[in-house]
Amino acid sequence: MQYQSQAVAKPYFVAAIGLFVGQILFGLIIGLQYVVGDFLFPEIPFNVARMVHTNLLIVWLLFGFMGASYYLVPEESERELFSPKLAIITFWVFLVAGALTVLGYLLVPYATLAEMTGNELLPTMGREFLEQPTITKIGIVLVALSFVFNIGMTILSGRKTVVSLVLLIGLVGLAVFFLFSFYNPDNLVKDKFYWWWVVHLWVEGVWELILGSILAFVLIKTTGVDREVIEKWLYVIIAMTLITGIIGTGHHYYWIGAPDYWQWWGSVFSALEPIPFFMMTVFAFNMVNRRRRNHPNKATVLWALGTAVMAFLGAGVWGFLHTLSPVNYYTHGSQITAAHGHMAFYGAYVMIVLTMISYAMPMLRGRKAASSNRSQVLEMWSFWLMTVSMVFITLFLTGAGILQVYLQRYGADPQPFMVVQDKIALFYWMREVSGVVFLIGLIAYIASFFVGGSDPEATLEPVEAQA
Amino acid sequence: MACSQGKGPEALAVNQRIDVSDTPVLVQESRYPPGDLALWIFILAELLVFALFFIAYAFTRVKHVELFNQYQATLDRNSALANTLALITASYLVVRAVAAVREGDGQRCARWLWGAVAMGGMFLLIKGGEYAHHLAAGINLSTNTFYMFYLSLTFFHFMHVILGMLILVVLAVKAGQGRYGTADHVDIESGASYWHMVDLVWLVLFPLVYVMR
Repeated sequence: MQYQSQAVAKPYFVAAIGLFVGQILFGLIIGLQYVVGDFLFPEIPFNVARMVHTNLLIVWLLFGFMGASYYLVPEESERELFSPKLAIITFWVFLVAGALTVLGYLLVPYATLAEMTGNELLPTMGREFLEQPTITKIGIVLVALSFVFNIGMTILSGRKTVVSLVLLIGLVGLAVFFLFSFYNPDNLVKDKFYWWWVVHLWVEGVWELILGSILAFVLIKTTGVDREVIEKWLYVIIAMTLITGIIGTGHHYYWIGAPDYWQWWGSVFSALEPIPFFMMTVFAFNMVNRRRRNHPNKATVLWALGTAVMAFLGAGVWGFLHTLSPVNYYTHGSQITAAHGHMAFYGAYVMIVLTMISYAMPMLRGRKAASSNRSQVLEMWSFWLMTVSMVFITLFLTGAGILQVYLQRYGADPQPFMVVQDKIALFYWMREVSGVVFLIGLIAYIASFFVGGSDPEATLEPVEAQA
Repeated sequence: MACSQGKGPEALAVNQRIDVSDTPVLVQESRYPPGDLALWIFILAELLVFALFFIAYAFTRVKHVELFNQYQATLDRNSALANTLALITASYLVVRAVAAVREGDGQRCARWLWGAVAMGGMFLLIKGGEYAHHLAAGINLSTNTFYMFYLSLTFFHFMHVILGMLILVVLAVKAGQGRYGTADHVDIESGASYWHMVDLVWLVLFPLVYVMR
C-alpha cells in the first residue's frame, strides 16, 4: 500500500462481501420458491425476497466500486485521498441506510413502508429495481455526491491518468443517471422510457467505464505492461462502449409504446454491444501474454482474465441472443432474460469487484503484494466453483427460457404461463442445485481470507524464458 | 511472447517501436496497416455498424420499393453530389498531408489538414441545409420507413464527419507545432485512416440512398 488513505477501501470491501452473502442467500430462497411456491410464505413472499436479492446486488456492487475507487485513485493520483474521514462517514451512512431499507422490505408490508417513509410527498417507489423508499434514494444521492466529490478532488489535484479520468466519468455518470429515478410520470410509457435511463445506462453505459478502468488498473499493476499501451486500448473500448451502449438503450423500447424507429436503432446498435466486450477479452489476454513480470498474486490475474471472458459471454453473447427486435418479440421478459441477467452481472460486475478485492486486500491486510500460496489456492478454487456454477445457472435458465418461449408463445398451441412453469420445473431444480454450489464457492471465497494467514507470502518468480 | 497470437499483437509491437529506421522509405514499407492497430479495430467496428444499417436498408427497400422510390425523389441529389466531391477532395488533401509528414514537413502537413477540415465544414453546411429543408417540411424519423432510414443513416454519418474533423483539427494543431517527423507520425496515419473510413462510408451511402432506383 503506497498511501495511508487507501486503507479506507477495506471496510467497503468487507461490507461488499457481507452483502454479497445476503444476496446469494435470498437468491437461493427465491430459486426454491420457483418450484416450492409456498416456501417461507407468508414470512418472506417471493416479491419481497426478489427485491432483496436484486437490491442487495446493486448495493454491494456500489460498495465494491467505491472501495475500488478509494484504493485505486490515490495510487493513480499519487497523493493521499482528499478526505479519508469523509469516506468513512459516507461508508457508515450508506451501510446503515442500506440495512434499514432491507429491514423495511422484510419487516413491514411494502405499502406500509411506502406510507411510513412519506412516499406520497414525492412518489418514486413501486418500480422494479427502484423500490427503495424516496428517503433512501435521497440518501443514495447524498452518498454518491460526497463520494464523487472526494474522489474528484483527489483526482483533479493530483496526477491525472486516463485510468482515473475514465473512472471519474463513469462515477459522475452513475450519480447523474440515478437522478432519473426521481422522475416518475403518470404516463406509463414515459415512466418506462426514463426508468431505463437509470437501469440500462448504468449497466450498459457508465458502469462499463468503471469496469474498464478498474480492469486497466489491475492489468497495469500485475503485468507491468506500459501504461500507454493499456490506455490506448481503454480509449478504444470506452468509445465503442458508449456508441453501442447509449443508442443500444433502444433495445428496451421495442414494446413499451416508443416510436417505431427504435426497432432499428435498438437492434443495430445493441447487436454491436458485444464488440467492446470482445475487445476487452482480447485486451486482457494480450496484456497478460505480454507481461514483463509474473505477479505473485496469481489469483488476481485469474479473476481479471475471468472477468474479461465472462463479461463477454454473459453481457455480450447472452445479450445478443435476445437483442434483435424480431427475436425479442418472443423472448421478452422470459427466462432468457434471467439467464442473461445472471451471467452478465456476475461476469462483468461481480467479477471485476472481486478482481479488485483480490488485488487490494492482501496489501490492505499488511502483505507486500500477495497472500500466501494456501490462501490463493483456496481463492482460485472459489473462482472456479462460483464461475462454473454460474455457467450452469445460465445454461439451465437458458434451457428453461427456450422451452418457455416455445410452449407459451411460439408453438402451434400456446399454453398458459403457469402450465408452462410446471413443465419446466426440472430446469429450476437444476438451477437451484447450481445455486447451492455457488454458495459453497462463496463460502470457500470467504474462507480464503482466514486460511494461511501465518504462512509466508507467495513470492515473485522470475518470468520463465519466453519464446 | 509465450503463445502465438496471430498478426494483431505483432503489428501492435511494431507501432510501439520508436526508432524504426533512419530511412523514411523503410518506415513506410514496414508498417501495414498504416496507423495504430487499436484504431483499425475501431474502424472495423464502425464499418460493421454501417454495414448492418446498409443491409437493413437494402432488405427493407425490397419490401417497400414503391415507397422508397417515391420519397427518394424528394432528396436533393445535387447537394449530395457536391458533398461527395467535398469529401473526396478532403480525402485527397489528407493524402497530401500524410505525404508531407513522411517527408518531415510538419507545416505543410498542417496546411493540407486544415484544407481537409475546411472541406469537412463544407459538407456539414450543405448537409445541414438539407436537414433544415426536411425539418421545415415537417419530416421526422416517424414520417415513414424511408425517411427513418434516410435520416438515421445520414445523421449517423454526419456525426462521424464531425468526429473525423475534430481528429483532423487536433492533428493539424500538433503538426503545426512540429510534433511529428519522418519516423514518428503514426497519429497522422491513424487520423487519415479514420477520415478515409468516413469518406468511404459516404461513397456507399450516396448511391445507396440518393441514386439507386
